[in-house]
Amino acid sequence: MNLNNSDPVTVEFAGIEMDGIFINRSGEHAIVKLSSGYNICVPESLCSPKEKTASAEKPAVIPLNQDASLPLLSIISTGGTIASTVDYRTGAVSSKFTAEDILRSIPELAGIARYHTLQPFQVLSENMNPAMWQELTRNIHDEILKGAQGIIVTHGTDTMLYSAAAVSFMLSTPVPIIFVGAQRSADRPSSDNAMNAICSAKAAVSDLGEVVICMHANESDTKCALHRATRVRKNHTSRRDAFQSIGREPVGSIEYPEGTVVLAKDAVLRGTKELRLSDNLVSNCGLLQYYPGMNPAVIDAFKGYKGLVIAGTGLGHVGTDCIESITRLTASGTTVIMTSQCQAGSVCDRVYETGRDLLDAGVIEGGSMLPEVALVKLMWVLGNATRKEDIRRLMQTNLKGELEYDLWRCA
Amino acid sequence: MDYAAIGLKAGLEIHQQLNTTEKLFCHSPTVVRDSAEHNGEISRYLRIATSEMGDVDRAAKEELMNQRLFTYYTYDSTGLVEIDEEPPAPLNPDALDVVLTIAKMFDMTPLPEIHTMRKMIVDGSATSGFQRTALVALNGSIEHSCRVETIAVEEEACQRIEDTIFSVDRLGIPLIEITTSPCMKTPDEVHDVAQYIGMTLRSTGRVKRGIGTIRQDVNVSIRDGARVEIKGVQELDLIAEVVRREVQRQLSLLAIKDELVARNAIVNGEVYDVTAVFSQTQSQVLKKARVILGTVLHGFNGLVGLEIQPDRRLGSEMSDYAKKCGVGGLFHTDELPAYGVTEAEVHVLKETLGAGPNDAVIIVAATEQKCRCAMQMIIRRAKMAFEGVPEETRKMLEGGSTAYMRPLPGAARMYPETDILPVPVTKEYWESIAMPELLSVKAERFVSEYGLDAGMARQMAFSEKLPLFERAVAEGVRPVFAARTILASLKELSRAGISSETLSDDAIIAVMKTVEAGNAAKEAVLDILTACAKGMSVSDAVSRVAPAFSREELQDLVHDIVSDRVDFIRTRGKAALGPVMGLVMKEVRGRIDGKVVSEVLDEELGRII
Repeated sequence: MNLNNSDPVTVEFAGIEMDGIFINRSGEHAIVKLSSGYNICVPESLCSPKEKTASAEKPAVIPLNQDASLPLLSIISTGGTIASTVDYRTGAVSSKFTAEDILRSIPELAGIARYHTLQPFQVLSENMNPAMWQELTRNIHDEILKGAQGIIVTHGTDTMLYSAAAVSFMLSTPVPIIFVGAQRSADRPSSDNAMNAICSAKAAVSDLGEVVICMHANESDTKCALHRATRVRKNHTSRRDAFQSIGREPVGSIEYPEGTVVLAKDAVLRGTKELRLSDNLVSNCGLLQYYPGMNPAVIDAFKGYKGLVIAGTGLGHVGTDCIESITRLTASGTTVIMTSQCQAGSVCDRVYETGRDLLDAGVIEGGSMLPEVALVKLMWVLGNATRKEDIRRLMQTNLKGELEYDLWRCA
Repeated sequence: MDYAAIGLKAGLEIHQQLNTTEKLFCHSPTVVRDSAEHNGEISRYLRIATSEMGDVDRAAKEELMNQRLFTYYTYDSTGLVEIDEEPPAPLNPDALDVVLTIAKMFDMTPLPEIHTMRKMIVDGSATSGFQRTALVALNGSIEHSCRVETIAVEEEACQRIEDTIFSVDRLGIPLIEITTSPCMKTPDEVHDVAQYIGMTLRSTGRVKRGIGTIRQDVNVSIRDGARVEIKGVQELDLIAEVVRREVQRQLSLLAIKDELVARNAIVNGEVYDVTAVFSQTQSQVLKKARVILGTVLHGFNGLVGLEIQPDRRLGSEMSDYAKKCGVGGLFHTDELPAYGVTEAEVHVLKETLGAGPNDAVIIVAATEQKCRCAMQMIIRRAKMAFEGVPEETRKMLEGGSTAYMRPLPGAARMYPETDILPVPVTKEYWESIAMPELLSVKAERFVSEYGLDAGMARQMAFSEKLPLFERAVAEGVRPVFAARTILASLKELSRAGISSETLSDDAIIAVMKTVEAGNAAKEAVLDILTACAKGMSVSDAVSRVAPAFSREELQDLVHDIVSDRVDFIRTRGKAALGPVMGLVMKEVRGRIDGKVVSEVLDEELGRII
């Protein structure tokens, strides 16, 4: 049978006739949306096509009303849960919503700013990659050049911190760049997308002047937190308040629904930095979590990589039998950075013997950098410096707030 | 009332909680808690989401006219799924098994795959803004020549504590939803079908019992009327009255419609600010209002105040609509002067608005925004009066009258639950499902097989203690004794203020077996159970409360009593049995069976007489 999505059908099942709409197939079964709204799954042979009636008029697309007196923001949509709807190919959710759809579904945004929207790609965040980070950063740069007074990037939450950190390193910005996502999909009445988006718009018109992630501060709809892009982690798979600042307090918060923005004393303020794009990245870098009993061959496998970040144990260690492999790796030209698996604190490879061996093997201590951030930074540093000492210096210099414990750094 | 003549049609939707250990889409226990035990609290706003077809449900739209912050109580027995902070677990197979069993009892056809949907509910009773629901089986039959159209499995909603505060303990308990065709033609028939369905559900032994565990929604319409869905009738005994009152309401609304047409009534929808009229008012409500708005309903005089159900008027219907905007209610001239509004004020009001003797005036008092919204709703409802009966979802009020809740929801409230994989129902599985014996059949069997009288058999079959009875009988306790102990003694205990919940089934059966073995008298059952309920072991209770009295001990006692009264016995002959029995029982009651006492006494007297 030649049934296509949205075709009206009659289903004869269990001795009764029912009207519905053909949705898609699941093996030999047809999924049909009954007039009651329920989806049922019946053998396709029980469905017969019905003549199409003049389809009900779809509501006209509401034009976006933009208040010219409000500041201009750019919404750059990259996909993710904040922009997801059901996908009948898999039955799961996928990213289809555009930035304009977001504006239409959250009318409160219109009262905060006027918007320019663009959508460089629509992907779930696991499909993001360094080339996309670069494209995104260039887009942001262009939007600021065109007059955007703040940028909102909608992004899947799983890898949002990588993208946000990448933008941090590649761009010096005079305006706030707010990454925002949702943990509960936009198709549900309880989605956190609206509140996060409204808070992000409030943050984007605020006095802030750096790259942050804006998400629920707790499980209630009362407050959003602004996390510095280089000091944040997604700490829960599904909770609204999954994002937490690591080793420091958030750089700001927004009361909801009032929209009051409160910034931390050390928040970078609007207009304090010049706009500058520095978008070179070396993407063949790796990130490796050391585990007890790890076969040194795992490290050897990174031969040929420009850089490798190791998330070591405690103060920054790996098993002694891995040191030889690391020595070979550095000797062959790979920059190796040591970070820690610990949630907070700083690497110090001078306390224990293994640490000293690691330093001898050519490892650079990554201080208090989160391993993910260290990876992104390493890609950027290798893209902008070639001399070993420059690479070491840059990796150990606090560029965008990624080294939170400078004062206690052991180097 | 000749219900056939007015074309009454009624259908039922029955929601029954299933007695599974875990919730439908998470592993939390299905226990309802005292709200004072909550150990956490979160707050959320809900927004309207569109269906996957791109439509917005009208009922949802109306529920969210006012953006409200809902508060949810959480417990140590609830988790992240209940507060919509984690994706759901797969559909609970036990719940599906109960639902399929019931579907089979109604001779239905299961769907080959169960697809879970989200049914949008934005009144705050679901943290996610939707209730998960899945059609399981279609088209079955029940007694009274009625049909079951569909059976669905769905999750229970939160309990409302007050206004915008909800408790999440109940959210997610599995429910079966049974929808009948509109096959009932009289109020009593609705009662009977509901009762029959309830009995069938309980026959599985796998549904929850007690207040609030079953709810009936009734769909009612009459010829020229409209389908109205009345939600949440909890008491079966009220269901026929609810239908009777709805019929009365629909007939009254149709009569009002005819009268409005005859009077050439008009609703022009003009709204006036009448705040100034009440500048000196003594009415407490009007005094504190920032704005008072009024509208004239031309030709409505006397009809707004007309009673259409006990304690309900057309004005109450308009007021229900207005309350959606957050106002407390409305005043209409059919009931004024009252509530502190004077006749003079009513006069000025009518004059200001140019209302004639045939007209009614409605006023609302609140903030400007709320008043404007309320006036729109009142005008909308007033216009509906020309159509007769609006299609609506209504809620039951005490006594069986109803109030407007929201428009009937449409298909746009349904969205596929993307987090849950479809569940196949194989032919083999369906065929392997065993059907339980109906309680009505069981009651008949208890009469024929166990010799219980009909009343006791029915009471036992329908009792929550049925499993205990069946187990006791299976373990060799005589059925009549088991039924009496379970029905009478446990009731006695609770009358005495002792909770039988502290008594385990094992203890009750052990007590019954002790009596059956002749180690304690039937008369002592209540005392032994009381002692057990207070924490004593069965053997301790028996030896302390009713130490057994042996036949030999009894013979000695009887001998002594009889010896002291030889003359009396010889004088009275057989007639002495009664008084002497009384004396013996006084000593041994509860410690040995009365039948044994009678035998021994008979023997002893035989030697004298």
